[in-house]
Amino acid sequence: MTPLAGYLMVAAMLFAIGLAGALTRRNAILVLIGIELMLNAANLNLIAFWRYGPHPEALTGMMFAIFSIAVAAAEAAVGLGLVIHIHRHAHSTDLDAMNRMKG
Amino acid sequence: MQEAMSFTPQVAASPIAQWLWLIPAVPIVAAGFAALLKQPRRKLAAFLAIGSMSFSLLLSLIAFGHVLVGWAHHAAVRETVNFTWIQMGATHVDLGWVLDPLSAIMLVMVTFVGLLIFIYSVGYMAHDENFTRFFCFLSLFAGAMLGVVIANSLLLLFMCWELVGLTSYLLIGFWYQKPSAAAAAKKAFLTTRVGDVFFLLGIVWLFAQTGTLLFYNAGAGSMEHGALAALLSQHAAFGLTAAGAIGLLIFAGAAGKSGQLPLHVWLPDAMEGPTPVSALIHAATMVAAGVYLIARVYPLMQAGMPLGASGMASTPALTVVTWVGASTAVFAALIAVAQNDIKRILAYSTVSQLGYMMAGLGMGGVAVGMFHLITHAFFKALLFMGAGSVIHGCHDEQDIRKMGGLKSDMPLTFFTYTIGMLALCGFPLFFSGFWSKDGILEAAQHWSVAKAPFYMLVFGALLTAFYMTRQVAYVFFGTWRGHKPAHESPAVMTMPLAILAFFAMALGLIGTPLWPWFRSFLDDHAAPFDLHGFGEPGLLVLMGTSTVVVIGGLMLSWWIYGDREFKADQPDMLEMAAPWPWRLLQNKFYVDEFYAATFIAFYGWWARVADWLDRRVWGGAVTGVAFAVRGWAHLNRFLDMNVVDGSFDKGCDELASSGGLLARIQTGRVQTYLRILALAVIALAAILIWSSRA
Repeated sequence: MTPLAGYLMVAAMLFAIGLAGALTRRNAILVLIGIELMLNAANLNLIAFWRYGPHPEALTGMMFAIFSIAVAAAEAAVGLGLVIHIHRHAHSTDLDAMNRMKG
Repeated sequence: MQEAMSFTPQVAASPIAQWLWLIPAVPIVAAGFAALLKQPRRKLAAFLAIGSMSFSLLLSLIAFGHVLVGWAHHAAVRETVNFTWIQMGATHVDLGWVLDPLSAIMLVMVTFVGLLIFIYSVGYMAHDENFTRFFCFLSLFAGAMLGVVIANSLLLLFMCWELVGLTSYLLIGFWYQKPSAAAAAKKAFLTTRVGDVFFLLGIVWLFAQTGTLLFYNAGAGSMEHGALAALLSQHAAFGLTAAGAIGLLIFAGAAGKSGQLPLHVWLPDAMEGPTPVSALIHAATMVAAGVYLIARVYPLMQAGMPLGASGMASTPALTVVTWVGASTAVFAALIAVAQNDIKRILAYSTVSQLGYMMAGLGMGGVAVGMFHLITHAFFKALLFMGAGSVIHGCHDEQDIRKMGGLKSDMPLTFFTYTIGMLALCGFPLFFSGFWSKDGILEAAQHWSVAKAPFYMLVFGALLTAFYMTRQVAYVFFGTWRGHKPAHESPAVMTMPLAILAFFAMALGLIGTPLWPWFRSFLDDHAAPFDLHGFGEPGLLVLMGTSTVVVIGGLMLSWWIYGDREFKADQPDMLEMAAPWPWRLLQNKFYVDEFYAATFIAFYGWWARVADWLDRRVWGGAVTGVAFAVRGWAHLNRFLDMNVVDGSFDKGCDELASSGGLLARIQTGRVQTYLRILALAVIALAAILIWSSRA
C-alpha cells in the first residue's frame, strides 16, 4: 500500500464519518460539525494528491487547501449565524421541526 | 279702404332705423344680467329692468318722432334694414326690421305701458322672494315683444313670438308652488301652441310660394304687389286663393295668442300669474300681438279685394277674422257677467275687447283695429293694476263678494279704476274707449257682407257696461264684507295708475271723427281738422245709439247691484232671477269641460291606444327578439359550461394533481435532501467505478 493510498483511506473514512454525522444528527450544530469533517476530508485529499503528485515543489496544493480552510471558516460563520437565528425564532435547533419549506 | 300703398321706396335707412334693433336688444341684455344676479340684489335688478325699459322708451320716442316728421312733410316713412341670415345655395332666408307708422306707434305703446308696469311691480312684488327672477322675466318679455313689433320678417317675428310665449309661460307659472299656477302656465303654453302650428304652416307655405319672408324689401317683399299678385293667382282648396289660405293660417296663430274664440280658454286661467304680469302680458301687450300680427300682414289679408270698392268689401280671410272677432266679443262678455274673481272678470273682458279689435281689423282696416288696441292697452293696464292695488289692499283677496265699500278706504284706486272702467265701457265723449269702439261700430255698420256683427258688437257693448258696473258696485260700493280692513297702496303703485288714467281719457282725442289723426297717420294721408267730421250720414245716430246702449247698461247694472247691503255668501241677484242661465255663464259655457270631454279625452284615448301598441305590438316584438336572444344565450351557456369549460377544467385538475405529487418530494427537511444527495453521489461513484472496469 502506497502512502497515498493510506492518506486517501483516512480521508475517505473521515468523509464517511462526517456524512454519517450530517445525515443522522437532529441537532443543527452537530450537522454543521459533520459538514466540517467532510470538508476537512476533502482538504486532506488535496494535500495528499499535491504531496504525491507530479509537481510537489509548486506549492499549489497547499495554497488550495489554505484557501479552502478560509472559505470553510467563513461558511461555518454563516452557518452558525443561521443556526442562532433559527434558535431565536423557534427556540430549538431540531432540524426535523424545520420543515416550513415543505412543498 | 284708402289707398295705403303709396309709401315711397326707401333709399337708405336713417340712423334711427339702423339702430332700431337696440330697442329690443337692451331689455334682453338687461334680462341676461338680471339672470346672473343673486336674489338679494333686488335694487340692482329693478334698476336694470327699469333702466333698460326707459332707454327703449327714449329710443322709441325718437323713432316715433322721426316717423312723425316724415309724415308731416308728406313723405311717408317705411325704412327697413334687412340682412341675410342663412344662405343655402340659391335660397336665402332674410331677417330684418322695419320702421313705419304701425311699428313706431306700437313701440311707444309697449315701452310706455311696460315702463309703468315695471315701476308698479316694484311695489307689488316688494315682498316676493324671487324679486330678481321676476324682473329678469319681465325684461326678457319686453325685449321679445319689442322684437315682434319691429320685425320685418315673418320668421324673425315668429322667433320673438315664441319667445313671448315662453316668457308668458314663465310668468304665469311664476308662483309655481301653486299647482293651479303651474297648470295654468302649461295650459297657456299648449293652447297657444295649437295656433302656432298653423301659423308655422302659413309661414312655410308663404316661403314656398314667394321665396321670401320679408314683409317689405323695396318691392320684393312678401307683402308687396309682386308677391301678392303671385299668391292670388294660386288656387288652394275650397275656392280660396293661396293668399287667403295663408292669411287664415296666420290668423289661427293670432287667434291663439290673442285668445280668440276656440282658443280663448288659456287667457282667463293665465290670471294665476302675478297681477303686473296680467296687466302687462294678458291685457296690454302680448295678447295684442295677435292683433298686431294681423295688422302687419294686412296687405295679405286684404289681397284680392276689388279695387275701388267703397272700403267695406271683404275677402274670405277678413270675413273669418270678423266673424271670429265678433263672436268672441259677445261670448266672452256674456261669461264676464257671471264671474266673481276680480281678475277673471277683467280677463274675460280682455278676451271680449280683443274680439272687438279683430272685428275692427276685419271690417274697418288697420287703423280701426289698432286704435282700439292702443286705447285698450292703456285702460286695461290701468284696470288690471287697479285690481292689483285692490288685491294688495285687501290682503290677497280676489273674490269681489268679499270686498265692498272700498271707495272710502282706497280713494285714489277708486278714482283711477272708475276712469278705466268708464273708458272700457265706452262712456261718451271724455273717454278713449268711446271713440275707438265707435270706430269699430261705424265700420261694422257699413260692412257690406252682413249686418249681424254690428248687432253683436252693440250687444257686447251693453254687456261690457253691465259687467263693469257690477264689478265696481261690488268692489267699491256697499259695505266692507272682508275680515281685515283694507288699506290704500303705496305711491309707487298708485302713481302709474294716475298716469294711465290720464291717458285713458286723453288718448281718445287723437281718434275722434272731428280730427282722425290716428287713422291718417297709419294710412298715410294728412289729418285735417274737420268740423264736418260729425256730418257724415248716420254718424251722430250711431254715436247716439252707442251712448244710449252704454248708459242703459250702466243704469241696468246699477239698478240691480248699486249700493245695496248684502252678505258675502248671498247668491247673486241675477242668479236668484235666472238660476239656469247663470250657472251656464258662471261655468264659462262649459268650454273647458267640452274640451276635456272631446279633445283631451280623445288625446287620452289616443295615448292609451299608443300605450297599448307600445306595450303589446312593439313591446311584443322587442320581447320576442329578446326572448330569442336569451334562448341562444342559454344554449351558449350550456355549451360553455359543459364542453369548453369541462375540458379546460379537466386539464387544470390534472396539472394541479401532478404538481401536488411532485410537491411531496419537497419535504422541507434539509437532511432528506442531503440523504438523496449522498445516495446520488454513491450511485455516481458506482457508475464511474463500474464503467472504468468495463
